[in-house]
Amino acid sequence: MTSVHVGTLDQPAAAGRALPGEPLLEVTGLCVDYGLGSDAVHAVLDADLVLHRGEVLGLAGESGSGKSTFAYAVTRLLRAPGVITGGTARFHLGPDRDIDLLGADEAQLRRLRWAHVAVVLQSAMNALNPVLSIGDQLGDVLRAHRPDLDRTGRRERSVQLLDMVGIAADRLRSYPHELSGGMRQRVMIAMALALEPQMVIMDEPTTALDVVTQREILEELAGLRDRLGFAVLFITHDLSLLIEIADSIAIMYGGRIVEQAPAEALFRAPRHPYTLGLLGSFPSLHGPRVRMTGIAGSPPDLRDPPAGCPFHPRCHYVMERCRTELPPLRPVGRAAGPAPRAVACWLQDGSVPAPAELTRPEPGPGHTAGPGSAPAIPATPADTGSTAADSEGGAA
Amino acid sequence: MTAPSAAPALPATATPVLEARSLVRHFPVRRTGRLTGRGTVVHAVDDVSIAVRQASITAVVGESGCGKSTLTRMLARLIRPTSGELLLDGSPAARRAAREYAGVVQMVLQDPFASLNPVHTVGYHLARPLRIHGLGPDGRSLDHEIASLLERVALSRQSVDKYPHELSGGQRQRVAIARALAVRPRVLLADEPVSMLDVSIRLGVLNLLADLRERERLAIVYVTHDIASARYLGDEIAVMYAGQIIERGPAATVTDQPSHPYTQLLLAAAPDPDRPSPPALQGRGAPPSLVTPPAGCRFHPRCPYAMAVCAQQAPPSIKVASGHVSACWLHATDADRTIQAPGPRADPLAQARRPNSRPPRGENT
Repeated sequence: MTSVHVGTLDQPAAAGRALPGEPLLEVTGLCVDYGLGSDAVHAVLDADLVLHRGEVLGLAGESGSGKSTFAYAVTRLLRAPGVITGGTARFHLGPDRDIDLLGADEAQLRRLRWAHVAVVLQSAMNALNPVLSIGDQLGDVLRAHRPDLDRTGRRERSVQLLDMVGIAADRLRSYPHELSGGMRQRVMIAMALALEPQMVIMDEPTTALDVVTQREILEELAGLRDRLGFAVLFITHDLSLLIEIADSIAIMYGGRIVEQAPAEALFRAPRHPYTLGLLGSFPSLHGPRVRMTGIAGSPPDLRDPPAGCPFHPRCHYVMERCRTELPPLRPVGRAAGPAPRAVACWLQDGSVPAPAELTRPEPGPGHTAGPGSAPAIPATPADTGSTAADSEGGAA
Repeated sequence: MTAPSAAPALPATATPVLEARSLVRHFPVRRTGRLTGRGTVVHAVDDVSIAVRQASITAVVGESGCGKSTLTRMLARLIRPTSGELLLDGSPAARRAAREYAGVVQMVLQDPFASLNPVHTVGYHLARPLRIHGLGPDGRSLDHEIASLLERVALSRQSVDKYPHELSGGQRQRVAIARALAVRPRVLLADEPVSMLDVSIRLGVLNLLADLRERERLAIVYVTHDIASARYLGDEIAVMYAGQIIERGPAATVTDQPSHPYTQLLLAAAPDPDRPSPPALQGRGAPPSLVTPPAGCRFHPRCPYAMAVCAQQAPPSIKVASGHVSACWLHATDADRTIQAPGPRADPLAQARRPNSRPPRGENT
């Protein structure tokens, strides 16, 4: 691990930009607790994740699964009582230049944030300062990070940034409350991209927006990504959206990453029962209307997590081993598969025959999805809506 | 395993349990120091008619600000319509006392974290409506009634003594539904009942609503912004835009053959993992100001197929197929003024996609 000098961080990001497809952020063994000692709640446990250059990596999970905590930890925005208790997050600035985000000091972070790593938060109304105009807020960023620009230069750059996300220049004088929710989120994206970072972390950026606005913003984001080549860590609970926009997806459950795979493979051929259940929780827009079941029970109480696999109390395929032993996140599938994938499930380690719905063949590289080919979600025996509810939140 | 749509279709002639005719709600806005200050209103709901029948689920779909919650609140008689009529079992609802009305029409709100009182137990929440409506005279039968309510929403009897904070989101929403069921209503208004819940437990609550429709023959109005869940749960879908219902029909028909350009936009924008390539959105932009809604069709400033008539005249509800109506001039024929064109249209979507192949009609009327 070579720690870089603060000075090198000041160089424009583009100078040492490496090829797309290379790892940009490598997180290994990240652990985050809320609180200290025996009372600590383990919000993220032993999470490994690799974000490649120019890639959109989706991080999906339910509330409390640790997905936002993960993002706050790697950007070092985590506030007390959150504590990072282990792991590394190597951020590759360029060839032979990398830095451990978790070990960086304040001065390094200050140079790294925004210029190389930017964040877009869910609530644009809270993230923007209500008493400053959009122009002032964009100007602040540029004044702090681009000392080479004078007042006119900053204004020009601000206009350029707003134009990039489809907002007219006269909005520079507007205050956040004068903008619609979609425009506010666009301003947030423009701000995040102000210094052309290599990585943008988006925490539920479109959750509060209407579907049409959401789609427009995602389209813009895709266009900007193609042009500027940044990588996106996209956090959301909406797996059906993620499958459409992400290159690869990591599923979190109970603070752990339980499955990671290319988006198409995850959708067509899930390997973890939780992923299968999540996919079966989104009613389809096509085809026959069949009764779906979701997942029985409710997410684990992190204060009192179940032993063994965190998903075993809700798992339809639970085995004796799952109750006591924690399955590690292991690579699965063909070695020469289209892209690597990993899953943390005892069904997939080869010791027992896995059920058919968890061993569907992966789509080939040239596979194009067609309507009607959605995976059929099997009927769960615990499907009676009535028994399901009682076990819900059993830990509460 | 029954499909959610398996409820027997009732003859359309049966009197709806609850019917709204031409409901209008305008909210006054106060703008100081402007000439327009007096008499300015937000046209939250304009001329909306809706009928809900026994043992059926009507899904009202729309984006935020389209008036769907205002409509629900009018149906619950929580706010008074500016004009229009509400009929309960075919007779004007206004004649009934508020409590009598509440005994028939009940509501479930979006946020079960806010709609339950944190200092009271589940038992208290369920006993209150029973007491208020005089349905549980003595202690023994009250306990029995509460236990049966919990059973109907698939909660255990032990939940009686729990406080809301001890329950998960899905369980809280079930308590809220049980509370609404306590007075044995015939209409349940559910305003975004699952949007605050975790993805994996939403279906449990939606399936509960479907079961209630089946078991207790409830008429349910399911208000949502999620058209996929409306398709899943609803027997009928009504799509709202800018305070008006712009399309209505059987759930699968509206989503499979949307005939209004706004419904098409909504479907194109909805997340769909099955989509082979990114959707092309037609009709970008945002809903209009409801203080000064556009003349004619309210969607026309965004509509990719807008014609001259759309800016001048509000489209009538035009029948595009059996039970499927669309407020769009694209579907108008010369005969529309008087009688409906014969036979259902084979593919209204394809028709809407080729608007130029048909001359705009009715421009001069």
